[in-house]
Amino acid sequence: MAILVNKETRVVVQGITGAAGSFHAKQCRNYGTRIVAGVNPGRGGEMWDDDVPVFHTVRMAVMETGADCSMIFVPPSAAADAIMEAVDAGVKLVVCITEGIPTADMIKARRFMEGRPSKLIGPNCPGVISPGEAKVGIMPGHVHMPGSIGVVSRSGTLTYEAVGQLTALGIGQSTGVGIGGDPVGGMDFVDVLAEFNADPKTEGVVMIGEIGGNAEERAAAWIKAHMKKPVVAFIAGATAPPGKRMGHAGAIIAGGKGTAREKIAALEAAGVRIAPTPGDMGETMRAALGR
Amino acid sequence: MKIHEYQGKVILSRYGVPIPKGYLAMTVGEAETAAERLLAETDSPVVVVKAQIHAGGRGKGGGVKVARGGSKDAREIAEKMLGMQLVTHQTGPEGQKVRRLYIEQGLDIERELYLGMVVDRDKRRVAMMASTEGGMDIEKVAADTPEKILTVHLDPLIGLAPFQARQLAYGLGLAKHGKETVGEFTRLALALSKAFRREDCSLCEINPLVVTKRGRVIALDAKLNYDDNADFRHCEWEGLRDIDEEDPVELEAKRAGLSYVSLDGNIGCLVNGAGLAMATMDIIQHYGGSPANFLDVGGSATEDAVAKAFEMILSSHKVKAIFVNIFGGIMKCDVIASGVISATKKTGLKVPLVVRLEGTNVELGRKLLADSGLAIESATSMKEGAQKAVAAASR
Repeated sequence: MAILVNKETRVVVQGITGAAGSFHAKQCRNYGTRIVAGVNPGRGGEMWDDDVPVFHTVRMAVMETGADCSMIFVPPSAAADAIMEAVDAGVKLVVCITEGIPTADMIKARRFMEGRPSKLIGPNCPGVISPGEAKVGIMPGHVHMPGSIGVVSRSGTLTYEAVGQLTALGIGQSTGVGIGGDPVGGMDFVDVLAEFNADPKTEGVVMIGEIGGNAEERAAAWIKAHMKKPVVAFIAGATAPPGKRMGHAGAIIAGGKGTAREKIAALEAAGVRIAPTPGDMGETMRAALGR
Repeated sequence: MKIHEYQGKVILSRYGVPIPKGYLAMTVGEAETAAERLLAETDSPVVVVKAQIHAGGRGKGGGVKVARGGSKDAREIAEKMLGMQLVTHQTGPEGQKVRRLYIEQGLDIERELYLGMVVDRDKRRVAMMASTEGGMDIEKVAADTPEKILTVHLDPLIGLAPFQARQLAYGLGLAKHGKETVGEFTRLALALSKAFRREDCSLCEINPLVVTKRGRVIALDAKLNYDDNADFRHCEWEGLRDIDEEDPVELEAKRAGLSYVSLDGNIGCLVNGAGLAMATMDIIQHYGGSPANFLDVGGSATEDAVAKAFEMILSSHKVKAIFVNIFGGIMKCDVIASGVISATKKTGLKVPLVVRLEGTNVELGRKLLADSGLAIESATSMKEGAQKAVAAASR
């Protein structure tokens, strides 16, 4: 078992005919993910990669193919609308890769999701992978290895770094979740930690945070109260200057708040082991597992 | 993206936010003329000369002065202010050069309030905040006396509801100035919320918002930040941009599709991905070094963009060593290698270069670098690379 995606997951790709959508859908397919449909308004009736039907709308794709997960590569100006379309069609998990969606659009999309059962991962994220089962995202599949460690992160490449270290130590992963670097997004650390906590296959979690906001502090409080499995964390941006946006829209120390120091202190107080450097994430997990 | 106070005021006034009368002045002569006009057009015997820079805390730094002695006085103040390096808690010790002034009518101020809007990340809503502690550093108020900040959250489908605006008005004690004042505040708050939404702001602050002796409610300041992600639907933003207020290197990087932040250290960093780029800075510091920059070439940069990024690092005189740290996912290691090689061919390589490549096409990337004849120290892990870069920079 894994969380969020597995061998049975049926994926519709919104924006499958674009360069990025097509490239990554193909990569996911090669990894073993079931890509069952694509969506591009105006290109319905076409076939993608020989045998994957393309539809005008997500609703049509879901009705025809039974897709229960969407991966979104729609440009920023239309991406929030694409999220709402997938949610409206009843897709259980929506993974939005798109970077650069206006915050106001995401606030509306989140409002739209209230009272509806869909889960959202991202935007501005690498996606979700359950190694050996399914990859719904843009992460390099080959650095992953099936196993029992959950990984949850606001970053992309830093997650690959953590996974690479785990794999090199022979520690496999149950599921890797990139929750994205935007100020307003879908599932946060707490949501994903709760899933890992309930997943019988997951034995421990690597959590990768960064400066900005206080999602890590809320995660620390939740871990202290509920988490039954060891958690290892690294927080990027200890050396970032205040007031500067560090690449991600959400990675900014604003008004002296959202520093790495505060986050690390909160996590340590919750019993989380902190990797002293980003080069020690794998080793710290190994120590936490007592291997 | 940030804009100036005078620009923010013009925008807010279009939505119905009352602002004092004022004129922009780029020269001392313009400042004097503006003061003459204001003294003639308004009943105030004074004008205020305000330095226009993108940083806050201007008043304490000497960037806001009241001219009580007519237009000649305004001229003298402008003479001192234009061209000065204005230092505030937000500019850093070197300050920011004053190139624009805003000359504004004086007001008879009864009370100074605070009104602001931000995105509340936890609640995933826009919040409007008001406080009786106007004119102060609101972050300090929030830290010391949080009970003095009133907050309402906006439903994105409704915007600010009039009852919420009234809640703030009565919470601020505006009833004592009369019904008119409560109504003025309510209308102003609704106008502000509309502006925030339509203009795609990420932050909007009026500090202070003043109540005049006659009970008028007027925005004495206006700070607007835009959500850069929304620039595709705001072609007017380019005209509001003041490139004098931006770091030229960061601007150049942005145009090349790179994310760059200048830092004080001497180890240049070239990394893919924002999280890994921050982590690279952290690990350099951990081993006793100091990063010269944050540089994220992004997930899908071309060879040209990588070359551009590398040239930017090479052009900095403070850089004593370079650390290229790549974990290729979408970004292929051979693209990075080719970019590094083409940049060094163009500009030459005078400092030690440490390269750590991992991920997609790593073998090809390593081979390209090995065959290039460049003096490269290679590393197989992030730790090793950081240690080598720190050692190289201190040689």
